Amino acid sequence: MASGTGDDPILEVDRVTLRFGGVTSLAEVSIRQQRGELLAVIGPNGAGKTSLFNAITGVYRPQDGDIRFRARDQRPVSLIGKKVHEVTKLGIARTFQNIRLFAALTVFENVKIGIESRQRTGPVSAMLRLPRTLREERDGDRLATELLDFVGLRNRANDLAASLPYGAQRRLEIARALGTRPQLLLLDEPAAGTNPVEKAELEDLIRHINTEMGLSILLIEHDMRLVMSLAERVVVLNFGRVIAEGPPAQVQADPAVIEAYLGTRAYRAATGEEASG
Amino acid sequence: MTLRRVWAWATSLRGRQLWVTLAGALVVDVMTGPSGSLNDPTAGFAGSLLSRRVGIFLLIGFAFWLLVTSRERLAAWSRSWTAAVRPSRWLPSRWYRLAAYGVLLAVAIVLPLVLSPYWQEVAVDQIGVYVLLALGLNVVVGLAGLLDLGYIAFYAIGAYSCAYWTDSLPIHPPFVLNPFATIPFAIAAAMLAGVILGAPTLRLRGDYLAIVTLGFGEIITIYATNLQSVTGGSPGNSRPIPHFSINLFGLHYRWGIDNMPYYYLLLAFVVMVIVFFHNLENSRVGRAWTAIREDEVAAAASGVNTFRYKLLAFAIGASTSGFAGVLFASKIQTITPLSFLLQQSILILVLVIFGGMGSIPGAIVGAAIIQWFPNGLKTYVRKEDLFLYLGALLVVMMIYRPQGLIPSRRRARELALAESGLVEADALTTASRDV
Repeated sequence: MASGTGDDPILEVDRVTLRFGGVTSLAEVSIRQQRGELLAVIGPNGAGKTSLFNAITGVYRPQDGDIRFRARDQRPVSLIGKKVHEVTKLGIARTFQNIRLFAALTVFENVKIGIESRQRTGPVSAMLRLPRTLREERDGDRLATELLDFVGLRNRANDLAASLPYGAQRRLEIARALGTRPQLLLLDEPAAGTNPVEKAELEDLIRHINTEMGLSILLIEHDMRLVMSLAERVVVLNFGRVIAEGPPAQVQADPAVIEAYLGTRAYRAATGEEASG
Repeated sequence: MTLRRVWAWATSLRGRQLWVTLAGALVVDVMTGPSGSLNDPTAGFAGSLLSRRVGIFLLIGFAFWLLVTSRERLAAWSRSWTAAVRPSRWLPSRWYRLAAYGVLLAVAIVLPLVLSPYWQEVAVDQIGVYVLLALGLNVVVGLAGLLDLGYIAFYAIGAYSCAYWTDSLPIHPPFVLNPFATIPFAIAAAMLAGVILGAPTLRLRGDYLAIVTLGFGEIITIYATNLQSVTGGSPGNSRPIPHFSINLFGLHYRWGIDNMPYYYLLLAFVVMVIVFFHNLENSRVGRAWTAIREDEVAAAASGVNTFRYKLLAFAIGASTSGFAGVLFASKIQTITPLSFLLQQSILILVLVIFGGMGSIPGAIVGAAIIQWFPNGLKTYVRKEDLFLYLGALLVVMMIYRPQGLIPSRRRARELALAESGLVEADALTTASRDV
């Protein structure tokens, strides 16, 4: 839900340019996301959506421009040059387009790794099992159970992450991201490859995270129905540039978007292939 | 009719495997048999093929073939058998584990008392110290997934630190310490070396670390050999390193030539290290290591400082190695650069892989078996052939049980997942996928 109380951006992407050799992946992309907003980024294959996520989270370093994140009651911080884990610590968590769970760990352990990014137990304390370690273990276990409850995976807590069905793996990745206690959650095609039932569950889950937990969400998604129903505002990327921006209905009617986007959609529908941003 | 059936069986897969195994047995028989001479050029063949040896080798080959081809049947049989007697059926698993540890500890305490002095020495010099080394390398290789080929260098740093602070080297320390008191100095020196070496290299991908550590191991050996004014060079330290001793609060004790007091000292240290590392593995730190090994990008995105945790694993391994170096130096009293060759680094890596990477019981059992093996076999085969058998054991092991004797649960799962094609992961490195 938009805060509605004037201008309070949580994320400002300011004329960011990202090049790989001669290929320009992002060209002067500017995006402003308000605190509490559910903003969707759409665009055809190769439009630079995942590159945008990687630039925000510190996986790639843009050549030009600035990305500023403003945590609640904090000054804005530039994310350029920050390491991936530092971005996570600031309060930005993400999921991956091609699910990246710790496959050989249990569902419970996957969530705990996210939670433990906020804990302080060091190696000596862990070796000796000092009181602080024990307390943090207990707290972590409790929070992990709550999060698994929240995403509906509590009864699978002791199963291997790799043994979960696809949609459940997507939800587990979200639970792991929530464990890092983010203020901004980046979801990279959370509905890709899920069946209609799983898709409906994910839609509910994402809406819950946005409204009840009050997190700002930046969503990359190909499923237009999902985008139209969830997003308050949509940014359209094509060839690394922002070509349109606004409420879903308005964007959908934009001729530039129809030209750039729907052609590709028709192509995708014909080949049935999964897209990569 | 029957002839045709025999022929059909002999050319079937199992049949062909039998012939190959038997042929292999004959080759090993000849290779390890007596050699001919100028006067009697056929003695080699006669001695190996026309004696009882050939029967024994063919029998071993046949048994091996039986074992391999009936693997599935054997596995099913052993599963049903262990399921029937598993104590966890009537004991809570935690109690059962504690009881098992208790029994193992009791055996470790009592067993050496009935051994001959020769085996007592093996238990200390060859097994005890190497268990400690394997436990440390297990953290680096098994938990954090880093390939360290210069692990013995930290052992050398620990040993030479002990020699320095007990005033046993050509150069003199500012003050002389009891070997016990050198332990923190040695650990600090090894850890510092680990951090200095790891800090620039751990930022790179895994393969580079292996090369850098390999080079570091060589550098340390060459320094130990050539820096005669400091280390005493290849003959070793100038004055014998004193044995451990306690002189505190009216309590006086001196470890000496006898092996048993050393054995119990080592046992106490090993138990301590096991408890520490077990806690570590099941903590935030251990889970972070597993996460890094499985998927570095996802680990970082989940807030794990991958560089710091890798450096931590490297430093913990280095300090364990340095600690073992002190125990070794004070026991053996004379250290030479020959104790710290690349071969030793590889041997310790073998112990860890053989036992099962990432598993504490695996590191212990691996060290015990591999270190026992040459000593146990010594009386039966020629000295020159010892490593032929060790090599064969390792090859067979890696083919039929790549996860090691007692793999950690997590490692076993990783290998199983990799085999079913769900994730890519070989034994050592992590899967590297695109973002």
